[in-house]
Amino acid sequence: MSKITDAREALMVGRRSDGSLVRRPLSPHLQVYDMLQMSSALSITHRITGALWSIGMVFLVWWLVAAAAGESAYNGAMWFFGSFIGVLGLMGLTAVAWYHTLAGIRHLYWDSGRGFEIPTMYLTGRAVLIGTAALTALTWLIMLITWI
Amino acid sequence: MATFTLPKNSTVGEGRTYPAPAGAKNVKAFKIYRWDPDGGANPRTDTYEIDLDQCGPMVLDALIKIKNEVDTTLTFRRSCREGICGSCAMNIDGLNTLACLKPIEEVTGDVRISPLPHMPVVKDLVPDLNQIYAQLRSVEPWLKSDTPPPPDGERLQSKEERAKLDGLWECILCFCCSTACPSYWWNGDRYLGPAVLLQAYRWIADSRDEATGERLDALEDPFKLYRCHTIMNCTRTCPKGLNPAQAIGEIKKLMVERQG
Repeated sequence: MSKITDAREALMVGRRSDGSLVRRPLSPHLQVYDMLQMSSALSITHRITGALWSIGMVFLVWWLVAAAAGESAYNGAMWFFGSFIGVLGLMGLTAVAWYHTLAGIRHLYWDSGRGFEIPTMYLTGRAVLIGTAALTALTWLIMLITWI
Repeated sequence: MATFTLPKNSTVGEGRTYPAPAGAKNVKAFKIYRWDPDGGANPRTDTYEIDLDQCGPMVLDALIKIKNEVDTTLTFRRSCREGICGSCAMNIDGLNTLACLKPIEEVTGDVRISPLPHMPVVKDLVPDLNQIYAQLRSVEPWLKSDTPPPPDGERLQSKEERAKLDGLWECILCFCCSTACPSYWWNGDRYLGPAVLLQAYRWIADSRDEATGERLDALEDPFKLYRCHTIMNCTRTCPKGLNPAQAIGEIKKLMVERQG
């Protein structure tokens, strides 16, 4: 069975002036491209937040399992979530969830065939960032008011 | 496969510096990617200090000045010097654009120039475009029609039908967009990329073309079309102000609509 290789490999071989073969370099990509521009920066953040949210679900499962397992396990989990690291993690996870949700809505808007103009792209991109900050703050404000 | 680092033979080292002529007041440094197949060494960055008072306004003017007066070995493609041939597409200051349309004064600090990203390098700023040309050929970018044209004239369009091609026919195939797309970097062997998909849509949107279904069938593929994740780098970088991302969005919409 032949190994699947990248078809572009064929073009990585060039010739010197004397006709002998030479391995061509690949031109720089991430090394030179402006990856902090809003288009690609928000896109990769969408992926990263998606992955982090999935990891965050593990903590939800832990909490549920602990609740089912009995008092001491539940107290252990609650101690962790109430600790400084735990609260910080939950706050981060809230931001991650809001970002991924809002950016997801932005993607749905694109899927409807709208919002592709560059000014609109920047506008919706900023809305996602500001929305994430505002909704994360609001979520925790409501939680703190309900708890305390 | 996504490899975020460059292969060993492609890492870029420091090269020579060509200082500005004595007495030059308005000096700007151009840091340019160099690779010579005959040299046997890795690519390097050469620095050319140019007196802007003795140079035209565009990045291409500086490149031509360097080739004429400083270093004749510098290799790059150029032809029309007015943004219609697409030859001088390259990465300037972190974004892909045409050297002839990019004013030097828009760049703050040194002007960093490298070939179109994630492509095999033929020499210096000249990338091998064979792969992308083959992909363009694969979407059959010509009019396909079973109906013969009227014997006494041309195939006519209404004004509205013709308007659908605006923003598509202007593409000059410089491939700034495709080589700005991370998806195309990682999956360019199978993903067609924004430039080629815009060309595909140019014929899908053409009222005179009768192969729309066939064209959509050919694009219905997890890689060819659907590696587009609406990153928007393509539209952001297009030197002609076109919108490949929107064209791809329209193709995706047609895919859904035809499923009823």
